[in-house]
Amino acid sequence: MVDFPVLSLMTFLPIAGVLIILAIRGDEEVVAQNTKHMALYSSLFTFAFALFMYTRFDGTSAEFQFVEQSSWLKPLGINYHMGVDGISIFFVLLSSFLTPICILSAWDVVKTRVKEFMIAFLVLESFMIGTFVALDAVLFYVFFEGVLIPMFLIIGVWGGKRRVYSAYKFFLFTLLGSVLMLVGLLALYSETGTTDIPTLMESNIPIGLQYWLWLAFFASFAVKMPMWPVHTWLPDAHVEAPTAGSVILAGVLLKMGGYGFLRFSLPVFPDASAFFTDFVFWLSVIAIVYTSLVALVQEDMKKLIAYSSVAHMGFVTLGLFTATSQGIEGGIFQMISHGLISGALFLSVGVVYDRLHTREISRYGGIVKNMPKYATVFMILMLGSVGLPGTSGFVGEFLVLLGAFQVDTTIAALAATGVILGAAYMLLLYRRVIFGPRVNDDALSMPDLNARELGLLVPLVLLIIWLGVFPGTVMDKISPSVDKLISNYNERLELNVDPAAGPALIEYEEEGTQ
Amino acid sequence: MIDFNLVPLLPEIFLSLVGMGLLIVGVSQGNVSTRVICWASAAGLAITALILLGVGWETRTVLNGMFVMDKFAGFMKLLILTGLIASLALSVRYIIQEGMERFEYPILIIFAGVGMMMMVSANNLLTLYMGLELQSLSLYVLAAFHRNSIRSSEAGIKYFVLGALSSGMLLFGVSLIYGFTGTIDFTSIGETVSTLEVIPYGLTFGLVFVLAGLAFKISAVPFHMWTPDVYQGAPTSVTALFAIVPKIAAFGLLMRLLFEPFMGMSDQWIQIIYFIAVGSMVVGAFAAIAQNNIKRLLAYSSIGNMGYALIGLVAGTAEGAGAVVLYLAIYMIMTAGVFAVVLSMRRQGMAVYRLKDLSGLSQTNPGMAYPLAILMFSLSGIPPAAGFFGKLVVFNAAVASGYYILAVIGVVSSVVAAYYYLRVIKVMFFDEPADAFDKGIPFARRAILFISVLFVLGFAIKPNLFVSSSFDAASVLFTG
Repeated sequence: MVDFPVLSLMTFLPIAGVLIILAIRGDEEVVAQNTKHMALYSSLFTFAFALFMYTRFDGTSAEFQFVEQSSWLKPLGINYHMGVDGISIFFVLLSSFLTPICILSAWDVVKTRVKEFMIAFLVLESFMIGTFVALDAVLFYVFFEGVLIPMFLIIGVWGGKRRVYSAYKFFLFTLLGSVLMLVGLLALYSETGTTDIPTLMESNIPIGLQYWLWLAFFASFAVKMPMWPVHTWLPDAHVEAPTAGSVILAGVLLKMGGYGFLRFSLPVFPDASAFFTDFVFWLSVIAIVYTSLVALVQEDMKKLIAYSSVAHMGFVTLGLFTATSQGIEGGIFQMISHGLISGALFLSVGVVYDRLHTREISRYGGIVKNMPKYATVFMILMLGSVGLPGTSGFVGEFLVLLGAFQVDTTIAALAATGVILGAAYMLLLYRRVIFGPRVNDDALSMPDLNARELGLLVPLVLLIIWLGVFPGTVMDKISPSVDKLISNYNERLELNVDPAAGPALIEYEEEGTQ
Repeated sequence: MIDFNLVPLLPEIFLSLVGMGLLIVGVSQGNVSTRVICWASAAGLAITALILLGVGWETRTVLNGMFVMDKFAGFMKLLILTGLIASLALSVRYIIQEGMERFEYPILIIFAGVGMMMMVSANNLLTLYMGLELQSLSLYVLAAFHRNSIRSSEAGIKYFVLGALSSGMLLFGVSLIYGFTGTIDFTSIGETVSTLEVIPYGLTFGLVFVLAGLAFKISAVPFHMWTPDVYQGAPTSVTALFAIVPKIAAFGLLMRLLFEPFMGMSDQWIQIIYFIAVGSMVVGAFAAIAQNNIKRLLAYSSIGNMGYALIGLVAGTAEGAGAVVLYLAIYMIMTAGVFAVVLSMRRQGMAVYRLKDLSGLSQTNPGMAYPLAILMFSLSGIPPAAGFFGKLVVFNAAVASGYYILAVIGVVSSVVAAYYYLRVIKVMFFDEPADAFDKGIPFARRAILFISVLFVLGFAIKPNLFVSSSFDAASVLFTG
């Protein structure tokens, strides 16, 4: 344990960077250079803190660690409460790891309004970390929704042709979901008299109310995740966002939905979660199969990866709601692995986009000859996305399916077809871009990865392989917290078997124990 | 019992004397003294605020119970005085630029201020009416202050005619209340109402008419029609004043009226307030989408915001009342900042108001664009800006009292409203730049903009500072 507020430091260090950047004066050129460096350093420092926290984290404990608590909104009894457990720590690491990568990826690419771009990213980082470490529901909400501001600007200012439409769609979709959660949150507060997440996890909420609250929270997390059918903002946002924006969007922002399910839906509303399990399962399966099919026919590389994200997130929701340790751990692992893989995939799309300024798949083809390094990196990422054993993608999907088979064979079988479809569209993409007919001369004259791009992609690739071979690095620290979550969940379910809501619950439990 | 202790009235007395004194100066010196009188008025308001802090805020009634001074009145008056100083500071350069440099301007603001302070301290239907009229008449004149402009005159006339109508309704309601309770004193009305077994229809009618009159003053639906036209027509500095201050006074009045004498009839008035709150939020959100003039847009935004503030009243609890006070305070500070920018939208010496005129402002004038963007995010209630906390407390009050549907309507309309607030940001940040605005924003405006943005951003760091004081202030309405 440490005796200084490491979580607050991590959360607000990027903001401190912003303040320094705001003070930079001088020529535009000089300002841009200094801003980039400043942004990089503050995000690297944040990452260093995150690593430090990781080394001091006690992986055998399921308790919240590095806890900070002080009075914040006194008349309402809302506290500034922060802490991490095994569930959140890897999301914090992921956020602080991807931000410097995003900043570096934009290094030579973003040429207009560099200062604003960097400020937006640092603010975004601060809010992302805040979301994952907040242990008060209102504080969580503040960060969770605050993320919209920088992301809206990132898409809208530095995005592609339809950036305004996409930025709006992103903002309003997510906001609508979030505000419903806000009402749910307030209802929860008026019921229990607290917004403290650890306390909420202990408190018993009447089943009738749980259903409503679960739906209110679901509205927010499902949009953020995104789950079918509210996923339509994601392809638009991804296509129009600049590369760095896509990376962070796919890498971290989508995980906030899954994190929300883990922090609120499952532990606070266990009965409602059990009740709605089938509903979530079907939505997940539809997402997996349907969006995979949609991904098959995409002509735009980013759109294809965006749809594949929706499909992968379908696995996550499926895994989380199996409420088995394999399912939940697999879900978390899948989120982390997807954060790395899709982030890297968007970076790779960015690489060719920077050279040719198009994302259309048919404009490429046969670039394996002139870009061998790129082809190699892209292949590993592609295989990771497909879920090849030996990559991190495999571990997550496999565990999720393992969990799903314990609960519902039909659903698991349907979800497993998604793995095949996933392989289909990714291999198709790879064939058309990397191999394929050598018809486009400009594509064939593209130079291979430069040192900066390699420097960005290689750590990601190594991590993907490392996690594929040694998933224990992550799993060991996750499991105590997940076990605690599940045992709490089951305890509370048994406590609340009331005759009115009985049939659905009992039926479910019987299936679960088969 | 005759009570000659006028100490609680000192701020009002002093401010009236300042107004009259400056009127004499103005008449003798003519319009050349406008600037001096403006700053002297601001100083007068500031001194009044100091006196207000000095008179002590424990609950006292004077003038045979016609006037009450308590924590709530004190806090609201402080807000009013701050708002008036801000709007005066925003006005000075503007009235010179627009060629309406006449000494009556600050003096009218002062008299309006005296009226507003009377309103929040009214403990009697007569005091209520006196204060309300003193405020309204000063504001009618201010709306038409740019007398060479047709729009301004039109705004003044429209405001006056509709305002007089609403005052008439209010007065009619007052007479009904008097008729059915036999008293115009708030305390006695409260006692009478609480002893009634069946509320007579006449009394309900009276309350409805009074509420209609007051709904007009806070521009709540369905009495909001004047707002966009008056906001657009009135000189922008006056629009700023309208947006910032009178609503606080009217809300102060409304809250005291509903929570003290008429608390016993809450079943009746909650339905009414519920309806106008929903109407204001929805109309404010949807009608603003179609606006291309920033002043009209802000008019609808203020209608919508009054709807949110009314949610706190519907809750009918001390928590709700505190939420209203906090909401109004935050709204006032944000609006002052927004108008500091709107007043500075000038091209070649001409004021411009179209949304399009803001195109690409983030590139031509980032010093204006970024603060405005922050304020717009705050107005749309996105955390961590202060506006979010205002919404949080009112929705919380509604949910705590079981008004779930109201809260859901509120949050959904806030998403709709976010669309048009975002449009302002979109125009400034995503669109190609138009011609730059004139340089040289006066110091006072920059200072107000700075304070406003600092407040909006800094609120989340120490929210207790403001939340506690406004909840404290409102709680006296429920203990007395």
